[in-house]
Amino acid sequence: MRTLTDLTTPASASSDTADTPRHAPAAKGFSGSAARHESAVKHVTGRAAYIDDLALPADALHLAVGLSPVASGRITGLDLSAVRSAPGVVDVISVADVPGHTDIGPVFPGDPIMADGEVLYAGQVIFCVAATSHRAARQAVKKARLEIDEVEASLDPVAAAEAGDVVRPTHRQQSGDWEAALAGATHVIEDEQFVGGQEHFYLEGQACVVHPTEDEGVMVHTSNQHPSETQKLIAEVLGIPFHAVTVEVRRMGGGFGGKETQASPWACLAALIARRTGKSCRVRLPRAEDMKVTGKRHPFHNRYRLGVDEQGVIQGGDITVIGDCGYSPDLSEAIVDRAMFHADNAYSLGQARVTGHRARTSTASNTAFRGFGGPQGMMVIEAAMEDIARRVGEDPLTVRKRNLYRQGRDQTHYGQTVDQITLLHDLIERLETSSDYWSRRQAITEFNADSPVIRRGLALTPVKFGISFTAQHLNQAGALLHVYTDGSVMINHGGIEMGQGLHTKVCQVVARELGLDLEAVRISASRTDKVPNTSPTAASSGADLNGQAARDAASKLKSRLFDFAAERYQLDRQDMRLEQGELIAGIGGSERRIAWGELIQDAYLGRVSLSEKGFYATPLIHYDRASGSGRPFYYFAYGAAVAEVALDTLTGEYQVDRVDILHDVGDSLNPAIDVGQVEGGFIQGMGWLTSEELKWNERGQLTSFGPATYKIPAYGDLPATFNVELMQGHPNSMASIYRSKAVGEPPFMLGMSVWCALRDALASLTDYRQAVRLDTPATPERVMAAARLARKLHESRAGGTP
Amino acid sequence: MIEFFLNGRPRRVDAEAHLSVLDLLRERLNQTGTKEGCASGDCGACTVAIGEPDADGNLRYHSANACIMPAHQLNGRHLVTVEGLSRGDELHPCQAAMVEHHGSQCGFCTPGIVMSLFTLHEDDRARPAPLTPERLEAALGGNLCRCTGYRPIRDAALAMGDTPGFRPEWLDDDALARTLATNVGEPATHSGFYQPRRLDELVELRARHPDARLVAGGTDLWLEVTQNLADFTEVIDVTRVEQLKVLEAGHDASGRPGMWVGAAVTYTQLEPLFAERYPAFHHLLHRLGSGQVRNRGTLGGNVANASPIGDTPPVLLALDARLRLTGPGGSRELAAADFFIDYKKTALAPDECLEAIFLPTLAADRQLKVWKLSKRREDDISAVLGAFSWTLNDGALAEVRLAFGGMAAIPARATGAEAALEGHAPSPERFAAAIDALTEDFQPMSDVRGSSDYRRHAAAALIERLRLVVADAASQDSQHPTQEVMLHAYAH
Repeated sequence: MRTLTDLTTPASASSDTADTPRHAPAAKGFSGSAARHESAVKHVTGRAAYIDDLALPADALHLAVGLSPVASGRITGLDLSAVRSAPGVVDVISVADVPGHTDIGPVFPGDPIMADGEVLYAGQVIFCVAATSHRAARQAVKKARLEIDEVEASLDPVAAAEAGDVVRPTHRQQSGDWEAALAGATHVIEDEQFVGGQEHFYLEGQACVVHPTEDEGVMVHTSNQHPSETQKLIAEVLGIPFHAVTVEVRRMGGGFGGKETQASPWACLAALIARRTGKSCRVRLPRAEDMKVTGKRHPFHNRYRLGVDEQGVIQGGDITVIGDCGYSPDLSEAIVDRAMFHADNAYSLGQARVTGHRARTSTASNTAFRGFGGPQGMMVIEAAMEDIARRVGEDPLTVRKRNLYRQGRDQTHYGQTVDQITLLHDLIERLETSSDYWSRRQAITEFNADSPVIRRGLALTPVKFGISFTAQHLNQAGALLHVYTDGSVMINHGGIEMGQGLHTKVCQVVARELGLDLEAVRISASRTDKVPNTSPTAASSGADLNGQAARDAASKLKSRLFDFAAERYQLDRQDMRLEQGELIAGIGGSERRIAWGELIQDAYLGRVSLSEKGFYATPLIHYDRASGSGRPFYYFAYGAAVAEVALDTLTGEYQVDRVDILHDVGDSLNPAIDVGQVEGGFIQGMGWLTSEELKWNERGQLTSFGPATYKIPAYGDLPATFNVELMQGHPNSMASIYRSKAVGEPPFMLGMSVWCALRDALASLTDYRQAVRLDTPATPERVMAAARLARKLHESRAGGTP
Repeated sequence: MIEFFLNGRPRRVDAEAHLSVLDLLRERLNQTGTKEGCASGDCGACTVAIGEPDADGNLRYHSANACIMPAHQLNGRHLVTVEGLSRGDELHPCQAAMVEHHGSQCGFCTPGIVMSLFTLHEDDRARPAPLTPERLEAALGGNLCRCTGYRPIRDAALAMGDTPGFRPEWLDDDALARTLATNVGEPATHSGFYQPRRLDELVELRARHPDARLVAGGTDLWLEVTQNLADFTEVIDVTRVEQLKVLEAGHDASGRPGMWVGAAVTYTQLEPLFAERYPAFHHLLHRLGSGQVRNRGTLGGNVANASPIGDTPPVLLALDARLRLTGPGGSRELAAADFFIDYKKTALAPDECLEAIFLPTLAADRQLKVWKLSKRREDDISAVLGAFSWTLNDGALAEVRLAFGGMAAIPARATGAEAALEGHAPSPERFAAAIDALTEDFQPMSDVRGSSDYRRHAAAALIERLRLVVADAASQDSQHPTQEVMLHAYAH
């Protein structure tokens, strides 16, 4: 059997099928099986506890925040006397009451815990109230008298970028001579696009509970993707050592990136008041406040100029992406980087230059959201593929296939060699066949020729998504494994369960390593005092990193048990294994089996430690910002989707009739969970590009601040036909956990197929001769306007060329 | 005092007038299985089942959003929450199917989804019928899930009928149904929440408490409590007034035959009638709010609320519906078109109540079309809604009604566009003239749901669609195949 150390070296190119350790005879719930979510029964019975469900002491306080209605200006008056004297109010704080750091910027400075003189966006926290009930606190907030000298808000990211008003420096990647490539091209494709942002709409809003502890510390329960960062920020705000702060996360009611950095402010405020009052404090943001206060997926303004040959193959060009970062850096440096890293999607850009700007605007600080800029970057090249197809008069799928990374064209614009190219091509061809793309294409073309109002559209779009944090140091994880004397196993690790099934997968890994039924392995809340200095659960990395760390712990413990067993029972150390609840080993020529419970009892009595910690750091990755090149990703995850839509060209209404997906997860750790991620990611991506529209008024106030006006996909948006499969037979070529692949983010971008299918339907109005720009989200309003534009384009062309 | 049953057990609680069912559960009774996702009735995380005896004395359960349901409306009802469906790890079939099909990820929306599935399950036991996509959408359209993409939830819904599971004993407890049918609970008064049983009581209460808010479904009003933190001290609940619950054939003052719909009749109760008499209106109901909203919300509430983007008022305008308003001086009848005066301002006098809505019977040759445009097909508020009615008399359009929502401060008819069509053959030229006239009829505003430009073009597009539909109807006997002029999902 290969050991963990063996697996850290990349498998050889021919290893797609050969070297993966096959599953041992299956114990129940084994890694690779479709075990149900560890909390499934608790979910359906209402017994799974979220932050607002936690019981509090009777004298606990409830917090509410006072927000700026103004996007930009200076606070000239703040009278909180009526707030203090409101019924039930116990404490009111503003920035002057903070003993330690007042800047809680997660990576770079720029995020005041409460407004400090200057107001930076509408929705910024100015003060915080603690009262004996949630409602009393909220009602008290309304009594504040606030005077702000309002100045004009910066709401145009393009103008900001042009003026150099950026939250982080502009970054550039370049491969070869892009100007020469453009000059020598047969066709030049040029356009710009607006890609809208997205509200996370986690069903559980931002929430936390903070209890004051002995000495000067706090115990924090929070719905949070990054407890270690929250621990750090609370310690800094209070001016106490990190070890005085313990942060625990049992589960989140959804995160999607929205609780990576933006869960911390509430915990810091609650910790401040818990320390001031000596009472437990709870914060839960009402939905409207949550949506106004917290950052979203970055809206992007993209421009592209690409030179292609007569076949439509990209020779090179120039791409600029402008991320609308809001008022502060937050994670925008890495988010715009990831947009740049994914401006190629699955296609070679040839000799290209990619530039990324981080524009500052007077809105909430935009933040991580599933895909982390990658989706916004990919929209450039998927728009271009449709544009190229219309220009050269070919089907968009033909153009896409011609442009895919292939042998000889396998270097990205940032210098990483694209691995598993065969998988990419194989996957697309399989989907092309299974979705019956070409005969449907023919049927749709025929239908459209005879249908003046309703037009159908079809598109196949691939996804290639880079896996690893692009901040190298975050690619590490720890785990803590305990075996108790009854043989039951407890695993903790640095990752957070937010619904993605991470805890289930990690338990499966441990069960597999120790040859136990899944029921024998339990996971409890993630806590900073069990596994310290953790990375956020983000970047799809949860199972990759924490699964490996848990495996490391389990395999070390196993090794120790084997040493003990070899001596204690006089067994052959070689070929010793744990299977189905037993230790199995040779003894002379025969075999001996020792029950797990007995082994553990004996090991305990033999004074062998039954606790182990594990650690993992992703090998091989590096990136050099100065040259804009390196290998930022350990590997790529692939997928593709085919979407068919029908759209009403009069009203802009449309429906998604059928979707076929084939997605690569390497060797799946849990097919049921992985399919759930693929389907959920697709629908969320579709929502981003279709119905989910963020709107601000001219004063910079968010006007789509609730589910009445911000429309995420509902049940009826599930396509009537929805065929989803995981790609079989292609284990990860890198030594990831059991050769699986990350699955959290990549499927999100499969939703681009719906947007491309809409553009395809719109192109039919020009007899497929012209591409029709369609900004996102493609609401009926935008689709209707695009259809009107398409008809005009076609008429003017028909008029000009008889 | 609110007297009700919670998961089969009697409960008595005292509560202020503005308390919601959700806050009652979570903050007073420590039942935290029911979640708050939005506190505005838009996400369904707080879905509970409300059991009410039907005409035959059987308990029937409907789903409701606990966040915007007044707690006092529980009086004499059986409240079922996610905690009540299982015993230990013995799960109700809807829960078992959700586990089996991996229907939960983060789990926060799951209790609400389970409750919507539970009401569907029990409804299907009482009245078995195929679980069509439309029926599933009606049952689940009000439950947002951000994780799964709904496919496993669909699978669970389809499988739960054949999934074995635990059946709570109260589901088959006839005594519970009898208790609720006979003992409807004491009217709650000292809290400031009034539940009159008769129309004269309602009128008297209204006169005595001029500042009291009238509530029916609460699906809009209660947002003032949850979003604006209003502490209503006096509330009059119209949902127990017998005369407001009627649904009967009759005539209006001018002798036209039709149906009188009591102002407190819910959308769900209207469905069978609309399916039979006004298919286009029935179709609209499927896109009006969600199941949870339709189970509580009323036609009367939608009218009295007088929102410019309410879904039903334009339909009432197109139908030439009439309203009966009742006050201390008796009842009066007026045209729906005369009810809406200005933004959220109506002809209702301070001491009057909306008693009933009269929907005239559609003549055999009269057409009604209702088209709603919104960002999301389900559970969304209109950007523009068009309700059109007409008769084709000897090739000429007659009694043309083109009513719109979302185009002005009130739901309104496009009188100029109507005039362009009235008495004319449905020619492309006349429809073009009608579209031109729209620019005089309306100067719509820009807001979060759509720009002024979009609304103008959308209204024109609906008139253009009307032209295609009329032309299509006229050419049905020709040899040409009928063109698709709208998507099935939006049809009628």
